[in-house]
Parts: sequence; C-alpha cells; structure tokens
Amino acid sequence: MTVENTPAVPETPVAPTPAPVSVEGGMWSDGSPDVSGFGGLARFTHVIPTAQRPYGGWYDAASDRIASLVSDPIVRVVIDRGEMTWYVAREKLTEVLKSLRDDAQLRFEMCASVSGVHYPDDAGAELHVVLHLQSMTHNRRLRVETTCPDTDPHVPSAVPTYPAADWHERETWDMFGIVFDGHPHLTRILMPDDWAGHPQRKDYPLGGIPVEFKGAVVPPPDQRRVYR
Amino acid sequence: MSAPHTDYYAQPGEEAVGTVYTSMGGDWDSIAKEQAERGDELLVINMGPQHPSTHGVLRLIVEADGETVTSIRPGIGFLHTGIEKNMEYRTYTQGVAFVTRMDYCAPLFNEVAYCLAVERLLGIEDKIPQRANDIRVLMMELNRISSHLVAVGTGGMEIGALTMMTIGFREREMILDFLEAVTGLRMNHAYIRPGGVSTDLPEGGIDHLRDVIAWLHKHLPEYAQFCNENPIFKLRMCDIAYQDLTACMAMGVTGPMLRATGYGWDLRKKQPYCGYETYEFDVCTWDTSDAYGRFRVRLDEMWQSLRIVEQCAERLEASIGQPVMVEDAHLGWPGDLAVGPDGQGNSNEHVKHIMGQSMEGLIHHFKIVTEGFKVPTGQAYVPIESPKGELAAHVVSDGGTRPFRCHVRDPGFNHLQSVPLQCEGGMLSDVVVAVGSIDPVMGGVDR
Repeated sequence: MTVENTPAVPETPVAPTPAPVSVEGGMWSDGSPDVSGFGGLARFTHVIPTAQRPYGGWYDAASDRIASLVSDPIVRVVIDRGEMTWYVAREKLTEVLKSLRDDAQLRFEMCASVSGVHYPDDAGAELHVVLHLQSMTHNRRLRVETTCPDTDPHVPSAVPTYPAADWHERETWDMFGIVFDGHPHLTRILMPDDWAGHPQRKDYPLGGIPVEFKGAVVPPPDQRRVYR
Repeated sequence: MSAPHTDYYAQPGEEAVGTVYTSMGGDWDSIAKEQAERGDELLVINMGPQHPSTHGVLRLIVEADGETVTSIRPGIGFLHTGIEKNMEYRTYTQGVAFVTRMDYCAPLFNEVAYCLAVERLLGIEDKIPQRANDIRVLMMELNRISSHLVAVGTGGMEIGALTMMTIGFREREMILDFLEAVTGLRMNHAYIRPGGVSTDLPEGGIDHLRDVIAWLHKHLPEYAQFCNENPIFKLRMCDIAYQDLTACMAMGVTGPMLRATGYGWDLRKKQPYCGYETYEFDVCTWDTSDAYGRFRVRLDEMWQSLRIVEQCAERLEASIGQPVMVEDAHLGWPGDLAVGPDGQGNSNEHVKHIMGQSMEGLIHHFKIVTEGFKVPTGQAYVPIESPKGELAAHVVSDGGTRPFRCHVRDPGFNHLQSVPLQCEGGMLSDVVVAVGSIDPVMGGVDR
C-alpha cells in the first residue's frame, strides 16, 4: 500500500475544532493510514472545544462566582459528557482552590482525587494535573486541570487547602515527576525510594522480556505489532 | 560531628543532625544495646509489611514512648503492580481484567467504576440494557456483603475475636460460590464489560440466589449477637480511632468511616448510577465517629444490601431472556458466553455461526476481539459507592482502542492517610483496631 492510493484525510468534523493534536496512522504500513482499522483509516486526536456560554445548569453561576473572587481565574472551560473542567493557570491554582473550598456558593469541601496525565504532543503543557473536587453541600462535581511544561514541571501543591491531596500528589510526583511546590513531604510513595524515573510518563522506557529462542527478544509493549 | 549513622536514605556526604532512628529491623540484641546506649525512651517500631495484623502488606512505622504512639507513618507500595500503566497497552475490554485485581475484596466494584467511565466516554450510558444493570446491582450488593464480611471478620480476628473471622469467611464463601456460578471465578471476575456484562445468569441461577439469601437471613444476625453488646469487644472498639466529620472532610474520607460520624453521604442515593434510584434501601449511619461505629455501620449495610439483593432477584426473575449486552454490535462482545460446569466460558451457538455459516461474522469477531473498539477523545470521572467509600475511575481517551490513561481513585489509598490522625496519642494495641476499622485493601491502595 502506498500513500498515493489511500483516501484523502477527511476534514475535521466540527468547525471551531482546532487542528488535531496528533494524527496516527496504522502500523502495517510506513506511516500511511492503515486500511486494516476497524474503526477508520487513521486516528485523529482532537482537543475538546472550549464551551460557549450559556453553559447551562449551575455551571454559569459557578464560573461567574469564581471570576468575582479571583481575577481571571479560568483559562478555558470545557463541558463534555456532563462534566465541567476548568483549565486553570498554575499561578492561579492556589487562589482558585482556596476560593472553591471556602466560598459558600461554591463550597467544594472535598478533594476526591489528584492525578496526572502526560501528553507528550501538547507542546509547552506536556504534564497535566487533574483535580477532582466534590461539593457535598451542593452535590456537585468539578474537575480542575492545570498544566506545566516538561522543562519546568512545577505546580503549586493543593495540600494547604486540601490535606487529602497529600498522598495523591506524592503518587503524581512518583509516577509523572511533577513537583508540587509547597508539599510538606514530597517523596516517592508507590515505587521504591531509590527508583530512577517516573513510570507513568509516556516516554518511560518499557522493558522487553528476553526469551531463549535463537536470540529473539520480545519487544516492549509500545513497540509490538498492535492496532493503534 | 554526630555519631556515624546508618541512615540508608541519606545522600552521600549528608550528616545526621541528632540521633538517627531507623526502622530497618536487624538483630534484636544489637537493637536493645543501641537503645540502652542512647538512654532515651523513644522506640521506633517497624510494623509490617509482613504482619498478620496490618490488613495486608502495609508497613507502619511507629514511634512509641512506652506503649503510647507518638508518631505513626504508613508505608505503602509493596503491592504496586503497575496496573494503570499496563492498561494503556490493552484494549478497553481487556482493561476489565486488570482493574478487577485492584481491590480484590470488592472486584466487581472496580469493574463497574471502570466500565461506567468507558460507557460515559462512548456515550452509551442510556443504552445499557435494564437486565444488565440489574445484574450489576445484584453482583455489587452481594460483593458489598462479602467485602464487609472480610472487614468485620479480619478486623475481629486482629483484636482476638477469632470466631468473627471463621463465621465471616463461612458466609463469604456462600456468596463467592454464587459469584463463581455466574462468572466462573470466585474473585477477579472480569465479568462486567463495557456495554453490559459478559454472560447472563446461569440456569438455576435465581434458585441458587434464593438459597444464598436464605442462608444470609439465617446467619447474619450472629454477628450482632456476638459483638454488639460484647463488653470485651466494646472495650476494644469504643472511642478508639476517633475521627469526626471535620477531619473526614479534610482528609477526603468517605464510606462507612464518614457515615459513622452521622453524615449519611452515600453516592448510591446522592449521585445514583446503574438505577440505584429505583431500589428501596436506607443509608446507615452511626454517631460515635469511632471504630465501633464503623463496625455497626458495616453490619447495618449488609442488611440493606440484602434488601437490594432481594429486589434484584425479583426483577431478574421477571426479565429472564432479555439482553445483557448493549445492542450496538460495534461495541458489544460477540456471542453470549455461557459458563460451563468446568467454569470455562464458551458459546457453542456462536462458534458454530462464525466457523460454519458467516464469514463476516468471523471477521467481525476477529476484529472486535483482537483490535477492540475505538473510544472518542475525552475524559470521564465516574465515582461509585464501593464498600470502602468513593471508588472512581478517571479514564482519558485519545480516540484509540486503548485507554490513554486510566487512574483509579481507591478509597483505601485515601483513607490510609488518616492513620496518624486516628492513632497518634493512643495505645500501640489500638493501631491494629484503627487500621482494621479503615479496612484498606492493599491491592487497591497500591494498584
């Protein structure tokens, strides 16, 4: 199969959607789209478009409220599958979280989870920190996401506001190498103390298992022949 | 210059400031000699990770002044198996077989949380057949009882109430027998799949379920009779491991620990999923905020779960023959598997169809089993009420057939943080009670 006889790359379906973050072809050809794909020829990773006002439900009121408490708090709002995500600049994170916890109209009293995601293709914001907040007073959930570049992996710690974030941030440091400034005791938690590297990063080398068969080696999982 | 120290975690060239206490173990005589030379009363005790009373491979580093705990730090990670990383190289359906091994006392909850997140990403939350939802609820509630039985059983054993363990595992075995009859396995079922469940109840499944319900009705009262007013039990449990509502909020504590403070927060009622809003049950609370309260909440919850199980049995009896997998053939696993008497799953009808009748059927089967289905870009966080508290799956998709990232928020991981809050200032023997009342399962904590 050559590049010439493959169908043209389809246009992106939604008008305001920016160009795909990445396009991945199949693995059975040299980078050209793959016709063996069950769900299409090539895979496009899109950024979910920014939500437009009115957001609906309590989303508008909460967004307005945080804007009145913190200057310019949200970089962009994404509402997808019934879940609202606030992308917050890391400089604003401490202030935003404190308002989210303390303000009576917001009152997200519990931080359920902090974890990381590594997007190697998201230039300048490779590492994302995702906080899931729970308001028991209003029975609402909110996702707060902040990013940092790979070259400067620093994010302010949520522990002063939400003590529950302690171990979650240690795990995120352990797995992604994101440094949470202001964390009281940022040490490894799941991996051994003397471990090198951060295993959940996409560029973390995966081991292959040498098998005793004429020098053959099972390649690491990310280099095996698989559907993409 | 301080004395030459053996701080294994010190950087080269670092000097110790003051006395270095380690909890590295070693020869008892030399430890006792060192202690005598130091002349202080501070004792650093390493409890676990291989200790029968730490509820799994949990390491507790305790500083004790006599029998009083002055400082305690849990050390985890001994059961870390890289499940989340592994899932990034498997299809969404295969992911179920990984998440089920996290909290191995409540495997079906892991599966449901993960599958609900994948279903939200696929946008098929409304298209799950009613019978599949009923089976999910049935399996979860039976699993909740068996998980609570382990909690009160092992928790009782750790404080010397050995009978709690023996009768707890007896009842649990009855439930696991039913789960085995349905899924083929006692634990680690990989039964709940994105889109539904892997197989319908077996022939005679409802009758088997009725037997289990009758057995539980007969034997569940024993726990209350043994413990509720037992003076020794109450002396060990009452006012121990106290954690009030404020502390629970700050530490993100949910589940029986939160409900033992008197706050009836239950995601099954507050943010229903799988049709829990259609079942009749009560949220159980207690008002003592201590280990005894958590024990009572767990006992009461078993009865409520049994109530739900009975409602499920009626619904499932009425809906025999209805589908248990989403209709969309691009998502649903092909063929209805049936668990044979040997516990192996297969479907002779389906094999006959794809091998003898339909080439397209064979291609479809091959593609969906080896390649899987694509999940649209986005992320979803779905919390459910597991026996331990809020269990949630955060699944990120980049549009491919495998999760880009899957993080499971395990309640035990979160709750173990509050061990120092509950134990410092208390007696060393109460550490065991506190950890038992938190009920962490290290497979879920370490993942």
